[in-house]
Amino acid sequence: MSDRGLSAVIRQTRPIPLDAALECAPGELRALVGPSGSGKTTLLRSIAGLYRPRSGQISCNGRAWFDDSTGVNLAPQRRRVGVVFQDYALFPHLSALQNVVAGMGHRRRSARQGLAEKLLAQVHLQGLEHRYPAQLSGGQCQRVALARALAREPDLLLLDEPFSAVDQVTRRKLQRELAVLRASLSIPLVLVTHDLEEAARLADRITVLHRGVTLQTEVPDELMLRPSSTEVARLLAHQNLFRGRIAAHNPERDRTWLSWRGKMLEARHNSAFPPGSEVSWLVSASQILLHRRGRPSFGERENPLDGVVREAVRLGESTSITLILEGGESLNFSISTHAAQRNGIEPGVEARVSLLAEGIHVMPPETTAQEPVASGLGAGRSEGAPPVRR
Amino acid sequence: MDWAAFEVSLRLAFWTCLILTPIGIIVARALAWSAFRGRGFVEAFVALPLVLPPTVLGFYLLVAFGGDWPVGQFWQWLTGGSLVFTFEGILLASIIFNLPFAVQPLQRAFEAIPGEVREAAWCSGMSAWQTFWRIELPLAWPGLISAVALTFAHTLGEFGVVLMVGGSISGETETLAIAIYDRVQAFDEAAAGSMSVFLLLISFVTIGIVYGLAGRRRGVRV
Repeated sequence: MSDRGLSAVIRQTRPIPLDAALECAPGELRALVGPSGSGKTTLLRSIAGLYRPRSGQISCNGRAWFDDSTGVNLAPQRRRVGVVFQDYALFPHLSALQNVVAGMGHRRRSARQGLAEKLLAQVHLQGLEHRYPAQLSGGQCQRVALARALAREPDLLLLDEPFSAVDQVTRRKLQRELAVLRASLSIPLVLVTHDLEEAARLADRITVLHRGVTLQTEVPDELMLRPSSTEVARLLAHQNLFRGRIAAHNPERDRTWLSWRGKMLEARHNSAFPPGSEVSWLVSASQILLHRRGRPSFGERENPLDGVVREAVRLGESTSITLILEGGESLNFSISTHAAQRNGIEPGVEARVSLLAEGIHVMPPETTAQEPVASGLGAGRSEGAPPVRR
Repeated sequence: MDWAAFEVSLRLAFWTCLILTPIGIIVARALAWSAFRGRGFVEAFVALPLVLPPTVLGFYLLVAFGGDWPVGQFWQWLTGGSLVFTFEGILLASIIFNLPFAVQPLQRAFEAIPGEVREAAWCSGMSAWQTFWRIELPLAWPGLISAVALTFAHTLGEFGVVLMVGGSISGETETLAIAIYDRVQAFDEAAAGSMSVFLLLISFVTIGIVYGLAGRRRGVRV
């Protein structure tokens, strides 16, 4: 546990169930993702001091902010936390400059204006200092909110869905600006978002929260390829989830053999499960190769599977394909639209795919049938996740 | 023109506004933001003077202000005087019957302030007191103006309660509204007419000024 970063452990059963642990080092940008209602905002509000959880500990920069065992519960004013609210929550009767100055109570009066001007310049708002929030665009309001949050010289910056209320073009621009800005900040940053793509673009690590429980924390690429459970996999909109049995391990070749529907699949080595154990497994859509008919291609020998195309849905530059395998299982993946056209991929056509061994990930089997996730995380791949097929 | 009655009316309106405004703010904030048991009961109690006949309210206040009841006894103990038929008595009555006119516009105004804006103020390091003066009050400004305007105008015009509690003692509890009634009873229509015009003008100008002020303030543009 880092002394200077943020450390939060929160547990309660009522009124909102929470079992969350979050640590964030200075300079780290941590994304907190989860579907709506997963407790992201409650967790954030607990850290900011706007919500008092039943039990837990929150500390930042070596200072206890909340600890139910000692009765410590600092007011938001005393936590030195900068918060960018979802709808910005700017003070509508104050100009952009006054909004920023409002966060500078700890500074000498004479120094405030100059510093506020500097902060506004840092978020590219020179010349708009004297505009009121109603006269600013969504993106400009977001920048004022960011400058106001930083005005306090916080020990921690919390961003609650900061890009959700702006259009796509502005969002990309603001994301880029945040990525640049964070390089100059040496405090922990926590970004709450339901947009997985955004989390992957900005965060050093992602923490997945569902029904108030922090399920997994991982760097974005690893998280996508290797979710720790089927629950996380579903939240990440993985569609190709199956059940199988570990057949054998071959550490020398870095392979684990998986028995599935009478076939033997080779997967990346994972010694966590002894041979014979039931497991759930997934293959990322990005790790499925479609072979051109009649022509051998790279990776063809890895887990070749034949099937019939059931659906080929064109979504702009990519085409989403559902393939029904010989055993009746369906496999979902995307290829570029021009490749689909060149290869004549359309419903009813026979096709062969390979599941790359590196992309096959083995997880503990699901013990009980769980309710499907009500709303998957927003991202490019947001189709509803199907239940595990047995 | 009964200048003594005019002076009583203005004095009564001024003091009612001055005392009721902070009370109205406290009650309105509590009703707008706090969830507590019996909230509906408190709201109903505050709104009661709107629907109660002024003579009924006046009757109960007259009884309560008398020496047989705690309110009257407390006042007696505190000042040695009586609340009945005195300026202090009609002032207290005026504060009570004006409660809904002060509280309701303020409550609507406070309710219109998003919770996140107050939280943003706290997270910007502002104390509860600073948040009140620098964020809440400027944003609730139109509601405050309405509350003061309505209280002021309503106090000038109130007749039944003031008559019941204050009697009609010239220079002490006889307000302009009561003086008009007296003049009409005495068939002095000229005096009643001039005082009525005066009251009409004052009420209109007051309301005009405060609404004009409210419209010019940025607080309206929330």
